[in-house]
Amino acid sequence: MSISIWIIPAIILLILLTATYKRVPTYEKFVEGGKEGIDIAISLLPFLIGMMVSIAIFRASGAMEAFITLVKPLTVLLGMPEEILPLALVRPLSGTAALGMTSELIKTYGPDSFIGYLASVMQGSTDTTFYILTVYFGAVGIKKMGDALKVGLAADMIGIIASIIVVTILFS
Amino acid sequence: MVNIIWSLLAVVGIVFAAFNGTMEEVNKAIFSTIDDAIMITLTMMGVLIFWLGLTRIAEEAGLLRGLAALFRPVVQRIFPDIPKDHPAMGYILSNMTANLFGLGNAATPMGLKAMKELKQLHGKDTASRSMITFLAINTSSVTLIPTTVIAIRMKYGSVDPTAVVGAAIIATTISTTGALLIDRYFYWRRYRRGAE
Repeated sequence: MSISIWIIPAIILLILLTATYKRVPTYEKFVEGGKEGIDIAISLLPFLIGMMVSIAIFRASGAMEAFITLVKPLTVLLGMPEEILPLALVRPLSGTAALGMTSELIKTYGPDSFIGYLASVMQGSTDTTFYILTVYFGAVGIKKMGDALKVGLAADMIGIIASIIVVTILFS
Repeated sequence: MVNIIWSLLAVVGIVFAAFNGTMEEVNKAIFSTIDDAIMITLTMMGVLIFWLGLTRIAEEAGLLRGLAALFRPVVQRIFPDIPKDHPAMGYILSNMTANLFGLGNAATPMGLKAMKELKQLHGKDTASRSMITFLAINTSSVTLIPTTVIAIRMKYGSVDPTAVVGAAIIATTISTTGALLIDRYFYWRRYRRGAE
């Protein structure tokens, strides 16, 4: 953990020393490059608001919970622990919701239990696909995502299955 | 597909709320989410300005080119459509490196820069092959050390908070490899249809 405090300052140091050595006007370039950040962030807003509101409606209405209850029997059939299912389903949709569920699972079952390990590994080895696609495509104004969504969701599924198998082998 | 999923989430939610008696929650959620999105964007703007400023210096100093040259053999194979020495390579590699070290907030700005370069390369406002591959890697999360999870485990008194690091690396490697294979498969399907 203590190493992580050093990484960012070390990167800044490396960049500034190299640039100064190569006579790059550092401050001027920083301001120039930084300006681009404003445009990117602003152009992102419609994409982010659109996607986040739609997901929020689905969640707040209780439909998400109902959906989870609906598919629960299916996962038991596949040998997946049912406590973990809500997390697996929510992980690609909402980062904050998934993080909340992971904390809840770790708190309820204990960090060093099977469920605790599984929630940790699942949270750590997958990402919020919808959010990433929204932000990355939104920043450059691409509305047609092509196969990206299918590929992303398939990758999530593989990540979840891989987590279950790896944790089962290593921790049970 | 995005249009359908996007509409479906909202429509199903509203209809469900009508029967479930949760319309008030839905109303609240709509407006609080708009505020959240603005807050996220503002925070992200600061992070973007900071990292894109630093990245510009790194670029001028030749550091991104150096990073790209170092990993060229591997990355060229994953992204066959990106010409050698194209600036997109440098950004893609910075994004992957930042992700690997768990520097999520540095990874996003570099990733967005990479997307900008890829869009210029593609010249259209549809997703290109390289973009899909790049996002497949990003959504499958290439992280060596899941810092957030370790923090949660510490908070709830784990005897060994970092015990999951090894397992997470294995799971991440499998899901990233899987993502790349699926991406190749979808590319092959588009190619066969004559779409690419």
